[in-house]
Amino acid sequence: MNDFPAYRRREITDKIVRIAIYITTFTILIPLLLIFGFIIKNGISNISVGFLINNPVPVGEEGGGILNAILGTFILIILSSLIAVPFGITAGIFLSENSNKKYAQYISTLVDVFQGIPSIVLGIVAYVWIVLPLKKFSAISGAVALSIMMLPTIIKATEETLKMIPYTLKEAAYSLGVPYHRTILKVILPAALSGILSGTLVSIGRISGETAPLLFTAFGSNILELNIFKPMNSLPLLIYNYAKSPYPEWHELAWAASFVLITIVFIFNLLASIGEKKWKIKF
Amino acid sequence: MSHFFSKERRSETIFRWLLLSSSFLIILIIFSIALTLVIESFPSIKHNGLSLLTGDIWDPVSEKYSVLPFIVGTFITSILALIISIPFSIAASLYLGEYAEGKRSSIIIKSVLDLLAGIPSIIYGFWGLMVLVPVVRKFEEILGIPPLGIGIFTASLILSIMIIPYTTSIAREVIRLVPQDIKEAAYSLGATRFEVIRDIVIPYAKSGIFAGILLSFGRAFGETMAVTMVIGNANYIPKSLFAPANTMASVIANEFAEATSDLYLSTLVSLGLVLLITSLVVNSIGRFIITRFYVK
Repeated sequence: MNDFPAYRRREITDKIVRIAIYITTFTILIPLLLIFGFIIKNGISNISVGFLINNPVPVGEEGGGILNAILGTFILIILSSLIAVPFGITAGIFLSENSNKKYAQYISTLVDVFQGIPSIVLGIVAYVWIVLPLKKFSAISGAVALSIMMLPTIIKATEETLKMIPYTLKEAAYSLGVPYHRTILKVILPAALSGILSGTLVSIGRISGETAPLLFTAFGSNILELNIFKPMNSLPLLIYNYAKSPYPEWHELAWAASFVLITIVFIFNLLASIGEKKWKIKF
Repeated sequence: MSHFFSKERRSETIFRWLLLSSSFLIILIIFSIALTLVIESFPSIKHNGLSLLTGDIWDPVSEKYSVLPFIVGTFITSILALIISIPFSIAASLYLGEYAEGKRSSIIIKSVLDLLAGIPSIIYGFWGLMVLVPVVRKFEEILGIPPLGIGIFTASLILSIMIIPYTTSIAREVIRLVPQDIKEAAYSLGATRFEVIRDIVIPYAKSGIFAGILLSFGRAFGETMAVTMVIGNANYIPKSLFAPANTMASVIANEFAEATSDLYLSTLVSLGLVLLITSLVVNSIGRFIITRFYVK
């Protein structure tokens, strides 16, 4: 090879670039390890059973937990899913059933636009729509903001999954004289259920850590609140409020709450990806 | 029998109506969002006029509102975050799309990116405040500038970690679309892998990579919590990259719940409108490039 210095030089350049790309790529591991390392270390050392089943106490008092925030997070997830899932699936069916029509294609573009709306803007909108007329912060206003955030993901997941289902399935149902709505509800939807489900789980994973749209809608609360027309706490709100405080005890609680929140988010993400792999549509 | 059919026909009509009305509802929601922001912005636009965009003072007490400091703050933070993140996202997308394409070892980087993408923004913010801020403070002491720790640089650093997975996933998809036969032709002529990347992959994929960067820019723009917690919340046009500042989203997050007068609130809503318009424009350009060049 020493007879071809030009080739040798190209080979060395190739090697240097390869090493540079590998090193740069694996540098991304560092922030991940640092974030997870701190959350696991500080989170686990501050976590206890009492932490999970007690409500917050004023600063200076021993103990205190995050039960109200955990419950609040789940109430918000359930409420926003109740709003977003039925509507998202119906809209997704419409888009895939009419995918050859101009009107549906415009709507599909609008759904993409939806995804570009910053979440804090949805908070403002929910504030104007619900908090102003009711004259108070409420869980339901937070759920409206979150449900609008969930919509594009659910609509797109439904649309894409339905498009993958072979047309022959529908033809078979038609040839047996099954009417349109029964074909969709009893034949097509069950076949697409896994895709829709994992899309829904992805969107839940996304909103369960969302804070910005809740700042002036659900607002947060120090007591256990189950009334959806009153201010409600959630894990992200609790972390935000504790992080801003000057008390080291509250920072420790925020670490533990971060650990709980990240566990919840990753469980939803994990379920979504398992669902996607395991129940992938095969025909 | 005919009764049965007429009943079935009726439910079919209802079903079709339901589907169609759900599509109307999407249009309705989008337009109500835009309309709500515009209507609620009226008092602000009436009171502030053009000085909303041209002035440089944000002082709710004396009712002087200009959003220019926040527009500047948003652009500087997002652009700095892009500059920091680009080398990493491009390297990772080349690694995933070229070097480790189809190899089992790529699972490490894929999971790292998935995990980074899944971390909620509030946790990035909290971690940044507790871990990154003291480190930046030390760094600033060494540089001999006021050691605040919080500021634009810290915010950009956190943002850059947050957008790496996003840019990478788009750039990787585009790199995968480079036709295999052209690459093989180059290899058969004796090109090295680096030469294939430089002369074939990058030229073919560059507009898609650019679109991916634009979409990440749009995301960095609207990112709220992580930035709010570490940027230092200062309401003037930043003088240096380490100075505390505010972005459009972080001002809204900080001041909305405390806005006492109607005018103050309306001005924050108009800031939301500016944020919405800018991020939609950036996003639409990015999406346009991707559909134009890569989706058949």
